[in-house]
Amino acid sequence: MDIVLQQVLNAISLGGIYALLALGLAVVFSIVGLINFAHGELMTVAGYALFLGVLFAVPLPLALALAVAAAAGAAVLTERLAFRPMRRADATALLLTSFAVSAILRVLFQNGISARPKPVPLPPALSGTVDLGPVHLGAVPLASILVTLVSLILLTLFLKRTTMGRAMRAAAEDFQVLRLMGIRANRVVAVAFALSGALAGVSALLWVAQRGSVDPLMGFIPVLKAFVAAVIGGLGSLPGAVAGGFVLGITEVLFQAFLPEAALPFRDAFVLSVVIAILIWRPDGLIPAKSARRS
Amino acid sequence: MLTVTDLSVRYGQIEAVRGLGLSVAKGSVTVLLGSNGAGKSSTLNAIAGLAAPRGRIEFEGSRIDGQAPEDIVRKGIALCPEGRRVFPSLSVAENLHLGGAVHATGDELAARIEAELARFPILRERYHQKAGLLSGGEQQMLAIARALMSAPRLLLLDEPSLGLAPKVVDQVFDLILTLRDQGITILLVEQNAERALEIADRGYVLQSGDLVLSGTGEELAQSDLIRQAYLAG
Ligand SMILES: Nc1ncnc2c1ncn2[C@@H]1O[C@H](COP(=O)(O)OP(=O)(O)O)[C@@H](O)[C@H]1O
Ligand SMILES: [Mg+2]
Repeated sequence: MDIVLQQVLNAISLGGIYALLALGLAVVFSIVGLINFAHGELMTVAGYALFLGVLFAVPLPLALALAVAAAAGAAVLTERLAFRPMRRADATALLLTSFAVSAILRVLFQNGISARPKPVPLPPALSGTVDLGPVHLGAVPLASILVTLVSLILLTLFLKRTTMGRAMRAAAEDFQVLRLMGIRANRVVAVAFALSGALAGVSALLWVAQRGSVDPLMGFIPVLKAFVAAVIGGLGSLPGAVAGGFVLGITEVLFQAFLPEAALPFRDAFVLSVVIAILIWRPDGLIPAKSARRS
Repeated sequence: MLTVTDLSVRYGQIEAVRGLGLSVAKGSVTVLLGSNGAGKSSTLNAIAGLAAPRGRIEFEGSRIDGQAPEDIVRKGIALCPEGRRVFPSLSVAENLHLGGAVHATGDELAARIEAELARFPILRERYHQKAGLLSGGEQQMLAIARALMSAPRLLLLDEPSLGLAPKVVDQVFDLILTLRDQGITILLVEQNAERALEIADRGYVLQSGDLVLSGTGEELAQSDLIRQAYLAG
């Protein structure tokens, strides 16, 4: 009973991380038409910020907040320095720009900090289990699910209730008309990047909490997965990103838990077969985006 | 109020508008006629800042050509674009809210929304529905109401009657006259030349990017060119 429940929790918590990452990709893609491959490096920025915070004994809540802020700030900075000058370029040029940004940041981490993983010790409260009567569940997956849930609720409130949130949804549908309303394109794009960075930052905290260390490449694999999740969900669709993230995370954990021992090395092949099956069934993704007119 | 001098609009090799001059008098309805691809939308888009213009565009005495659409709407010019282009997955309420968000806040914003709902009662009924679920006529009303949320002094309307049922077309033309009576100057692009010229103080006719005719509404309605091209007889 414990084990099944624990696997279910693991599945949901991993799915949540993918969902947040995929959302970050989707927010930017839906508005600027850019698949930001530097998204993983934003995670890494948050990871190192957390590492430094812990190193200098910054109180944990503050260190967490600073880490998320660092990723958001880095996202805005990359937009300002790298992507804004390319605003009028086509999708391929934007994609190449994001590869370049990603490579530059990686080199900075490797040479500026260290190529080797740096440990980020967890607070004791997170390392144990939570006991619910006879059931013992890992604290990290539980906290992770909680954080994902709160993030999704806050994001939804922002998108539905605030002018900027509405403007971002509108920008994904028709950016030109949004500008006709007087809403500044540059500001909407900057907020989209900030939001995307913050989502990468939160995902990074959850990722680091599971692993206990940061390294220059830590963002690569999860963001690759998040990209797959965003495609399964429907590229550029925010609800799709969430759905795709959970489907992917849950599929991975289920195969991990229930594949026979001999088949485990091929887990990713099984997962990708499911991905392909989904895309054959729904070529535009689970919840396709309505339109993606570019600015 | 609006003076356009020697306006050209290019998209790469295509020259959509060539050396156009036109002026719109305060409080008037001015129409821009022409067949498909004549350059009407390009002209309106250039005035609103969506298309990069060459030439001079003066509004209330100061130049606005080359400015961003975000700035031009703040000067008092609103464009209701061709094809309505409401935000389909946003509700009617959200569409209206975005239309006015940078021009008014708080009570003033609420008052403007209330004024548009009073002007278009159908939008009050559909207030919480997604704009994409509205009928074509309702979407057109929403698009106009959304443009009015910035309280423009000059309203640019790009083919507002396109694809609408005859009854709704009547409503649109009545509305244009009402707006004019309320002091909003109108620059109207229309395919429906007969109806447009009935309400026009002045008209301009474009043909493949060139201005070929201009005059008062009556003069144009009597002209051979218009009679042959649009009025069938
Ligand atoms: N964004 C654009 N890119 C390239 N060509 C365009 C664009 N918009 C319009 N055109 C071309 O410019 C010409 C005039 O178009 P338009 O101004 O839309 O005419 P109208 O509104 O009178 O039908 C057409 O030949 C059209 O194909
Ligand atoms: Mg047109």
